[in-house]
Amino acid sequence: MPRIGVFVCQCGNNIESTVDTQKVADEAKELPGVVYSCSYKFMCSSPGQEMFKQAIKENKLDGIVVSACSPHMHEKTFRRASEAAGLNPFQCEIANIREQCSWVHHDPTKKVGTAKTMDLTRMTIQRLKKNRDLTKITIPVTKRALVIGGGIAGIQAALDIADGGHEVVIVEKEPSIGGNMARLSETFPTMDCSQCILTPKMVEAELHDKISLYTYSEIEKVDGYIGNFKVTIKRKAKFVDESTCTGCGECWEKCPFKAESEFELGLSKRKVIYTPFPQAVPNIPVIDKTKCPKILKDKCGLCAKVCGPQSIDFTQEDQIVTEEFGAIIVATGYDLMPKTRFGEYGYGKITDVISGMQFERLASASGPTGGAIRRPSDNTEPKSIVFIQCAGSRDEKRGVSYCSKICCMYTAKHTMLYRHKVHDGQAYVFYMDIRSGGKRYEEFVRGAIENDGAMYLRGRVSRVYEKDGKVIVQGADTLSGSQVEIEADMVVLATALVSRSSATTLAQTLGIGYDKDKFYNEYHPKLKPVETVTAGVFLAGTCAGPMDIPESVSQGSAVASKALALFSSDKMAREPITAIVNTKTCNACWDCVNSCPYVAITKEEVKDRRGNVVRMLAKVNDGLCQGCGVCVCACRSKAVDLNGYTDEQVYAAIATF
Amino acid sequence: MSEEAKAETTDSKESFEPKIMAFVCNWCTYAGADLAGTSRMEYRPNVRIIKLPCTGRIDPLFIIKAFENGADGVLISGCHPGDCHYTTGNYHARRRWIAFKDLLDFTGIDMSRVHFSWVSASEAIKWVELINNVTDDISALGPFMDFKRLNKKEAE
Repeated sequence: MPRIGVFVCQCGNNIESTVDTQKVADEAKELPGVVYSCSYKFMCSSPGQEMFKQAIKENKLDGIVVSACSPHMHEKTFRRASEAAGLNPFQCEIANIREQCSWVHHDPTKKVGTAKTMDLTRMTIQRLKKNRDLTKITIPVTKRALVIGGGIAGIQAALDIADGGHEVVIVEKEPSIGGNMARLSETFPTMDCSQCILTPKMVEAELHDKISLYTYSEIEKVDGYIGNFKVTIKRKAKFVDESTCTGCGECWEKCPFKAESEFELGLSKRKVIYTPFPQAVPNIPVIDKTKCPKILKDKCGLCAKVCGPQSIDFTQEDQIVTEEFGAIIVATGYDLMPKTRFGEYGYGKITDVISGMQFERLASASGPTGGAIRRPSDNTEPKSIVFIQCAGSRDEKRGVSYCSKICCMYTAKHTMLYRHKVHDGQAYVFYMDIRSGGKRYEEFVRGAIENDGAMYLRGRVSRVYEKDGKVIVQGADTLSGSQVEIEADMVVLATALVSRSSATTLAQTLGIGYDKDKFYNEYHPKLKPVETVTAGVFLAGTCAGPMDIPESVSQGSAVASKALALFSSDKMAREPITAIVNTKTCNACWDCVNSCPYVAITKEEVKDRRGNVVRMLAKVNDGLCQGCGVCVCACRSKAVDLNGYTDEQVYAAIATF
Repeated sequence: MSEEAKAETTDSKESFEPKIMAFVCNWCTYAGADLAGTSRMEYRPNVRIIKLPCTGRIDPLFIIKAFENGADGVLISGCHPGDCHYTTGNYHARRRWIAFKDLLDFTGIDMSRVHFSWVSASEAIKWVELINNVTDDISALGPFMDFKRLNKKEAE
């Protein structure tokens, strides 16, 4: 006969106000197998825990039911306390009588709440009787981290992990690390030059002996699980030998062919053998194989002729490498909303309507104009610029429903940069609201208006069109209640930040979730903001949603602390909620193998003494199994069961109904 | 214990309060139901939840067993398609459900007594509405007597 203890928590008044906990405790005591029961004010408090442990020891309890808050709150607490009192922690079960009973049934007579609590407690007691002792699974940890994306968030994460003494590989799809931040001119609210604060970090990452940079590379496949990921990486052919190239630049100086520069967002051209920008890390060029005449039709080859160290190799092929990692950090960043979405603003049709990011390039000292603000159409200095905020953001019908968060701030910065460079220029800003939450952010926006004379107009723009070399902007000023028409020289759109176009493919490769806007889902938006549902995969920066540089950097450091905690021991323990196969009844139909989303079930050969295969059996890999239980229901011979949620346990609970 | 439960179901004949068993997944619907509590919403007290890791773990037999043990209705709810914590478990559940539906009908279970829904961890309001609607629907249908009569005969 089991010796079960039932502990009913009053949770102050949270449970007690609608549930008669003493009555529940008294009734529970009458149930077969229950030898002890009590009602207590706060079971989770220190005295509550002490009483709990004491009761287990004094009454020699071998099974525990705690009727209290949701198991998502305190299951771990009570299992730990049970373990401390000498019990197997999996002999402790929680009946959820707060979130799913006392808080949702407001009957002051306590009748409804007490009856339901009794049912829930009884079901849990019956389930508990079928519990088996389980032991936590320990798995080895590979102490190497993979960082996907070499923007500021990824660089920060890599530096912090590497400084903690562990190897890191940064996989970056572009020829250089740096990400979107490398494109920025100055950064708000300090007006630091972006390159000046970013490039030292890029160089530090390159020179760090624990960090390897796999630029021009992409993730092909991810196998395995926390502590033991096996990742296949495609290192695209650069046609340049990285070990001998000195980055002298002779090749791209001499290359006679040009293509549109991705980094400059169409504002200038680059060569066909190129580095995306002068401060690129690593400073090694790549050949654009879709444009190079030598590769396409075996003509030219000038770069190879001028290369001193003979680093050009036109025969180079994509390399596929497979490496092992313990943790994966996703820091893939953001894209900008495509041009095609802003017909009424003339973006993509009128040359002098540009995006905020293109304005960054114009203002950047290393940009196509050397930092001078010039109209793309005729290279003249614009005397008035209209900035349109929320281009796509907060516009559910044609754009995205969310606020892109950084546009209010960078638009204020643009107006300042513009005034600093064109002293007689006038900036107009059409805005919906100004969102400047953040340290010294509000003061920054006020500065743009008060010191740098930006004219802020609250309202939307209805139409942008070209007339006599000017860009005419029609809109409403809702504060004065009038229609406005501005003859501008240039228009800058604060285009919405959107998730990467490749976001869903990578999510499926990694087994992580994404929201309606294809930004990756955190495990918990408040309390686990950098974890994902897949253990060992972490998120940093704008791949999880719009955020600014300080936030991305903090997240980079946050994921590093998660990875370092994981790497702090050689082995890690995980919950033993895994599938088990009954070797007697398994008839090797492989329905479980086919249904498993984690490829955690393999076909095992059973051999006799001579080594002949006599039988085939399904075998569960505890490291890979995540405990979803799909295989249990797929099994025709009922040979598979799920620890912690066995058929016996579920049927016992149903039978009490 | 089952005797006591059966006694309760016979008691409830006079003023009919349906008994509904809900099989929900741990990650979406269970968390959604918790959120309804944290937000102090109110709903009908007729549902008893059994938590499973995933809707993919829900064996069709659970449904039959629930009816056999006196349930007047059964509710199954998990993550929305595409949002499964285990990537594809809810697709298995949905496929299994489609295949099993006709079989349930064949065993004499009125299909309007079985509800299938998707409730995410943030959809507390949907959960409350779901429970209230399902309770109303099952109340309108009256107690599920077919299996209870069978049980009685067995007992005799």
